[in-house]
Amino acid sequence: MNIIVVGCGKVGYTLVEQLNNEGHSVTLIDKNKAALERAVSKLDIMGIHGNGSSYRVQEEAGITNADLLIAVTNQDEVNLLSCLIAKQAGHCQTIARVRNPEYYEEISFIKEELKLAMAINPERSAAYDILRLIQIPSAMEVDTFARGRINLISFKIPEYSPLDGKRVMEVSGIMGNNSLICVVQRDGETIIPSGNTMLHSKDKISVIMPLSEISNFFERIKIANKPIRSVMVAGGGSISFYLAKGLIKSGVQVKIFETDRARCEVLSEELPEAVIINGNAVDESLLDEEGVRETDAFIALTNMDEENIMLSMYVDSVSNAKLITKINRLSFEEIINNMPVGSVICPKNITAEKIIKHVRSMQNSADSSDVESLYRLMDNKVEALEFNVKNCSENKNLVGKTLTELKLKSNLLVCSISRGDAIITPSGRDTIEIGDTVVVVTSNMKLSKISDILE
Amino acid sequence: MNYGIIRYIIGKVIEIEGLFMAIPVITSLIYKEWKGFAVYAICMILLFVIGAIVAAKEPEKKTFYAREGYVLAAMAWIVMSILGAIPFVATGEIPSVVDAVFEITSGFTTTGASILSDPSKLMRCNLLWRSFSHWIGGMGVLVFLLAMLPAGGGESLYIMRAESTGPSVGKIVPRIKQTSKILYGIYTGLTFILLILLIIGKMPVFDAICIAMGTAGTGGFGVLSDSMAGYGVYNQVVVTIFMLLFGANFGFYYLLIIRKAKDAFKMEEVRGYVAIYAVITVLITLNLWSSRGGNFFGQLQQAAFQTSSVMTTTGFATQDFDMWPVFSKVLMGVLMFIGACTGSTAGGIKVSRVIIYIKGIAKEIAEQVHPKRIKVICMDKKRISDETLRAVYIYLALYTSIMIISIIAVALDGYDWETTFSSVLATLNNIGPGFGKVGPTCNFSIFSPLSKAVLTLDMLAGRLELIPLFIFMMPDTWRRNS
Repeated sequence: MNIIVVGCGKVGYTLVEQLNNEGHSVTLIDKNKAALERAVSKLDIMGIHGNGSSYRVQEEAGITNADLLIAVTNQDEVNLLSCLIAKQAGHCQTIARVRNPEYYEEISFIKEELKLAMAINPERSAAYDILRLIQIPSAMEVDTFARGRINLISFKIPEYSPLDGKRVMEVSGIMGNNSLICVVQRDGETIIPSGNTMLHSKDKISVIMPLSEISNFFERIKIANKPIRSVMVAGGGSISFYLAKGLIKSGVQVKIFETDRARCEVLSEELPEAVIINGNAVDESLLDEEGVRETDAFIALTNMDEENIMLSMYVDSVSNAKLITKINRLSFEEIINNMPVGSVICPKNITAEKIIKHVRSMQNSADSSDVESLYRLMDNKVEALEFNVKNCSENKNLVGKTLTELKLKSNLLVCSISRGDAIITPSGRDTIEIGDTVVVVTSNMKLSKISDILE
Repeated sequence: MNYGIIRYIIGKVIEIEGLFMAIPVITSLIYKEWKGFAVYAICMILLFVIGAIVAAKEPEKKTFYAREGYVLAAMAWIVMSILGAIPFVATGEIPSVVDAVFEITSGFTTTGASILSDPSKLMRCNLLWRSFSHWIGGMGVLVFLLAMLPAGGGESLYIMRAESTGPSVGKIVPRIKQTSKILYGIYTGLTFILLILLIIGKMPVFDAICIAMGTAGTGGFGVLSDSMAGYGVYNQVVVTIFMLLFGANFGFYYLLIIRKAKDAFKMEEVRGYVAIYAVITVLITLNLWSSRGGNFFGQLQQAAFQTSSVMTTTGFATQDFDMWPVFSKVLMGVLMFIGACTGSTAGGIKVSRVIIYIKGIAKEIAEQVHPKRIKVICMDKKRISDETLRAVYIYLALYTSIMIISIIAVALDGYDWETTFSSVLATLNNIGPGFGKVGPTCNFSIFSPLSKAVLTLDMLAGRLELIPLFIFMMPDTWRRNS
């Protein structure tokens, strides 16, 4: 597909990189020549220097032949205007990043009036991901499918766990019948497990299960899943705002540290129930005074990645709080994974995930199956995808046959099938039918339709 | 300071007061009170002439700032009160000048405290002038003037701020003239509805007019010596409800009119107002019922009337609440301090300030526990600025100071503690009756001229919410170059 991306910031670059890997021809527009040149020299893309909301520049970028325009500059107004002009100039779909809460509140109106295919708010998405992690405190990562009814939960196997030293086929008795181990990560290596795969302590595993099973599951494998009642947040940006709103709604106490006094006042006005502290979280005595040792969770969301890592490591050393660390810029994933910083949240990746999901759905004709959700797990080495199975010729070879009869690709696992209200954790005897939604985990990227799971 | 514009507007105020006197003139004609007719007709002409002379020359400079607004508000009210007292003295019904000024100030400030033991002995025209002063004073003369005068600059908001009640006065529509018209429209409309309901309840028309105006302005001058006790349960219930209605923020009615009922019922102040009223009424009812027995609903009706009357600072009475048990009396005392809503015709500290004080205490305590915590105070989901907050805090300090000084002055008369204290409370909060020797069945005639003068100033200070009167009396205000 021909895709135009406006804006080459953190999100823009990540997005272009991934779209490029997926094989699309990407044109990047940015006002900043240096950023543009860096992207063009690293990636196989075309760069246009100019204002993305100018018709002339868009035309130069080939708007008339484009299938999609994605506007992800740091200004909402520029993004919306770019989309509006693109819609008039060509016949492409448009996606805009809109992150000002004031606009986002009326996003359905804006989407309709400007005919946007999608509006993304990275801060809000990140906040919702964090919320899910708080709701399931033992998990390091939580992704949801089937409108939240199915969860893919990643966690580390602790020492002396009943799972330690067992084969995957042996543990279904311990874990319960409705859950399935989908991914195992050990020493930087990622495996889609078969029944014979051995589990060890310190492995990071992803398990799929229905929402209702979660608390029972952690009880059975003897991991404490104590609900979180109080949360400390370092940094009072947009993520913190959306997060605090959600937390307060579910009755969790929130304390936010923010250095800018004016921002503190705004937060206090918008979040009357939260405790807003005007101070730097990187101040040991302040953290101590505000009770960092007693908090159930600590979330580092300042603008500095280094500061977030430091904070999480410090809190890890003084308390048992659940830790969540925002990392936006740094790329030393392997090292960070070995640091005691808890779950890592990366807003630019969340945005990229959402857009790529949309792009893959666009690639298919309307009558085939659609990508409903897409998540990348274990440092982007594995994808979990949710497909709608539609009635079309491509799916003929697929439906009605049991999974053992199907010739599935290697490194691919069908994890869950939801049919109507029922959620099936599939065994070899189950079949895929038209109308199902199917969750697939694979290390083979680039699946864009359900029939791609076959050899 | 722009003296020209102040002189000009004061002249207009005098003319308007002359215009208002047409009402007692007509009354005296209807009731054939020829002496009254002569006095009011002469006063009317006199005021027109004086007003015309004072306002003869239009000021060259029409600029207008906060200081002019405050000075103007204070001056207008003082001038109105002094000129308004002339007919009382001239008809010989209240011969003492101090008493007459006290009486009419009590009228314009919607206090309802009287120095008369039996108002029913007054001429009809004087009675009506008293009650009419409530109606005018309730919404304010200058707001009336703003509705009448040709549209001026944005500065006229300063006049409105100085005369209207509440910590932050705003416009409800872009044009100030339009705002004044809407306010007076709501006010007049509600008064007429009340009047009709009272006439349906078989109240004599003259009494109904006086009571309706006294209720609308939350004033409290009655026509009979026993205030409202003689009018029957229906009329008492109607007045109970309308006192409450006039004590609510007029912005509430505006929201109802423009069909934003949802926003209207979300107004924190109105909610707090109704809640305080309901809780105190129930407590007093239970207290009365348990100590006196009798019909529960009878006690409820009495408690509801008296509570409504005191909370909205009206001051009508159907029962002598000075004879109530101490618990109920103390609750009434608390209500005298609180008062009703801002943007209404009532006096007192106002519910919105009380809400801000409570939130302010919560904020201060929270910030003491977490020294670096930031907590802003919001009202109706809008942040209250630090300036407003400071003004609200200072208001309480000023209010207390004035109260203490007044109590000391009144104490020279040598009455008991309850009388001394409640006389200041009842006038500063524009209520009317207090406790002890100034209770609902008594009057203020017992005091010395000095005390009466102090209480008169208290009434003005209470109506104008303290600050304008202070600014008016500060010598600094009058220096040319300041």
